[in-house]
Amino acid sequence: MRTNYIFKLLEKGERIDGRKLDEFREIKVLPNAIERAEGSSRVIMGKTDVIVGIKLEIGVPFPDMPNMGTLKTGAEFSPIAHKDFEPGPPSEDATELARVVDRGIRESDCIELEKLCITEKEKAWDVYVDVHIINHDGNLIDASSLAAVSALLNARIPKLEDKTVIRTEFTGKLPVVKKPITVTIGKIMNNFLVDPTKDEEDIFDSRLSVATIEDGKICAMQKGNKTGLKESDVEEMIKLSTKKAKELRKLL
Amino acid sequence: MEDEKIRQIVVPGEEIKTGKDLKSGHGTYEENNKIYSKFLGIPQEFGSFISVIPLSGPYLPKVGDKVIGIVTDVEKAGWIVDIKCPWQAFLPLSEAVDEFIDIKKVNLNRYFEPDDIIYSEVIDTRRGDVHLTMRSQMSRKLKEGVIVEITPSKVPRLIGKDGSMINMIKDKTKTTIRVGQNGIVWISGEDIDKAIKAIKLIEEKSHIYGLTNEIEKLLS
Amino acid sequence: MGKKSDIVLIENGKRLDGRKPLEIRDTEMKVGVIPNANGSSYVRFGKTIAIAAVYGPKLLYPKHLQESDRGIIQCRYNMAPFSVDERVRPGTSRRGTEISKVIKLAFEPVLFLENYPKTGIDIYVEIIQADGSTRVTSVNAASLALANAGIPMRDLVVGLSGGKISDTIILDLDGKEDNNSEADVPVAFMPNKKEITLLQMDGQLTNEELKDIIKNVMKNGEIVYKKQIETLKKRYDE
Repeated sequence: MRTNYIFKLLEKGERIDGRKLDEFREIKVLPNAIERAEGSSRVIMGKTDVIVGIKLEIGVPFPDMPNMGTLKTGAEFSPIAHKDFEPGPPSEDATELARVVDRGIRESDCIELEKLCITEKEKAWDVYVDVHIINHDGNLIDASSLAAVSALLNARIPKLEDKTVIRTEFTGKLPVVKKPITVTIGKIMNNFLVDPTKDEEDIFDSRLSVATIEDGKICAMQKGNKTGLKESDVEEMIKLSTKKAKELRKLL
Repeated sequence: MEDEKIRQIVVPGEEIKTGKDLKSGHGTYEENNKIYSKFLGIPQEFGSFISVIPLSGPYLPKVGDKVIGIVTDVEKAGWIVDIKCPWQAFLPLSEAVDEFIDIKKVNLNRYFEPDDIIYSEVIDTRRGDVHLTMRSQMSRKLKEGVIVEITPSKVPRLIGKDGSMINMIKDKTKTTIRVGQNGIVWISGEDIDKAIKAIKLIEEKSHIYGLTNEIEKLLS
Repeated sequence: MGKKSDIVLIENGKRLDGRKPLEIRDTEMKVGVIPNANGSSYVRFGKTIAIAAVYGPKLLYPKHLQESDRGIIQCRYNMAPFSVDERVRPGTSRRGTEISKVIKLAFEPVLFLENYPKTGIDIYVEIIQADGSTRVTSVNAASLALANAGIPMRDLVVGLSGGKISDTIILDLDGKEDNNSEADVPVAFMPNKKEITLLQMDGQLTNEELKDIIKNVMKNGEIVYKKQIETLKKRYDE
């Protein structure tokens, strides 16, 4: 019934909460939400609430990139966030979310990983980006990606004394040089929607998440849901996403 | 205008002192001749009993309650109905249809199918087996319209004394409204959005005196 | 084994963060922080932050877990990966499983479950930042979330930790004290009934010392109890 009401409104180009089709909900970006993490940010988008924490640990570089640190992204759908989230190993959706957030950061080269090498082939910083969902009311991809970049921007590198990490002192900021922004566009009937609530995204025919960098280049994409897209749909969705990304970038 | 005064609120485990010789009612328990609240709620006297009306919490079905539910599944001998309580409710075929039906031949979807909204009555709740009937007066399928959910304990406030509150909303918004004891409200008619706003305001401010005036203001 | 260490945790009657021995850290409590949950809360003691959500009561699956005459409590305590210095690997740990169990037991004598046959009530607690006393902070968070969810309770439940450093009884241990104290004693109790529902200890104490700690926890727990009441009622003052 609620679904029907959402459909009925969309036929008239209206949304259940009164927003325009391409309008975001109220967004709050709260950096440094977790004092004890190396970097963190909480993003509240309407009723969606996510926290991203950054931890730096000493790891071994990959053999094919012996002088680079590594990026490791995880996402947990904590059972506090929605009645359908169960405790246990990450679900398919949580894994997809982690990978989409990861791709936006990785492919934009926003972290200068070569500056995170400590000893070639032996030691480098592992940058852990952990997404924690507090309340799920849709659009987790955009909220989490925004929180991740915001958290990276305020992350610091802890001091290293011999082999010990001193977490209370820092040698500098994490080298973050770009601000990739992901905006997901949903398609219902012939409408393109920005920032869906959970009720709205549950009835999407399809969705396309597009990550863009400041210079307008696209650095990652992900299509979701069951219905196919025409070439012209993709063009329109990318155009809208790129335009809306500029709005989000201003919040950082 | 009446002041926005807040009714007394008690927390679980808090002793309720009335200065009168009252018996322990709903939402309270007695221990060593003292009465305590089970809920975060508002104490209220009903005759010789003192009860606590919870400010939030699940709907607990009682026999005779009129509820609004959403059909979720069609089974062999009836329908599973979501009435927003901790359990599933079941509407048996015999409580829904008068004519004889050969369940081997007839698809029950033709009476009720998933997503249908029904107004029905609770006839059994033993051990979490909640059964419904469509045989009572007013029971029917609700077509068109919109449903909204409110905290079940606030239903009496929404209805008001002798229906005064709900009737005012109906009149001023030119709508038809049905309120289920389970907190599901069905609205159809002219100014649905305004009616929803009024209902949500009542839910939010049910613990305040002078609510009627505020709602009147909103609707005028 | 006593955990006596070389770190000086108390000097001239002041702890490292400047607190007096029986002083509780700065606390913050909110309810209704998770719109999706039936009840929820945010509780901070110093730098320890717990977020709790209650879902249910709802019909319990798989069916063999159901009890025909009452509801059951299920609890999960979890630490966010970024909550401590060394990243916590997501997934179950023996520590987490045990803490989940004692939190659940802290509420068994408190909830009226006979109205909810065949159902489960889920209590989920996420520690998003940890600096000692996480399990008792979780208890306070769960108490508020359950009351906020409208679950019938005999009483609220207050959690507070006690301990001993340099022959001094202290309350509300932070992370450093937790790791280096001679003993720590997490306690949860019903403030009106004066019944203890969670009690653990590690370290070494005499009978007298333990008695003293419990007495002080219950006395000063009154401050935490008042804060819980204020938090629950405040939500309804405009």
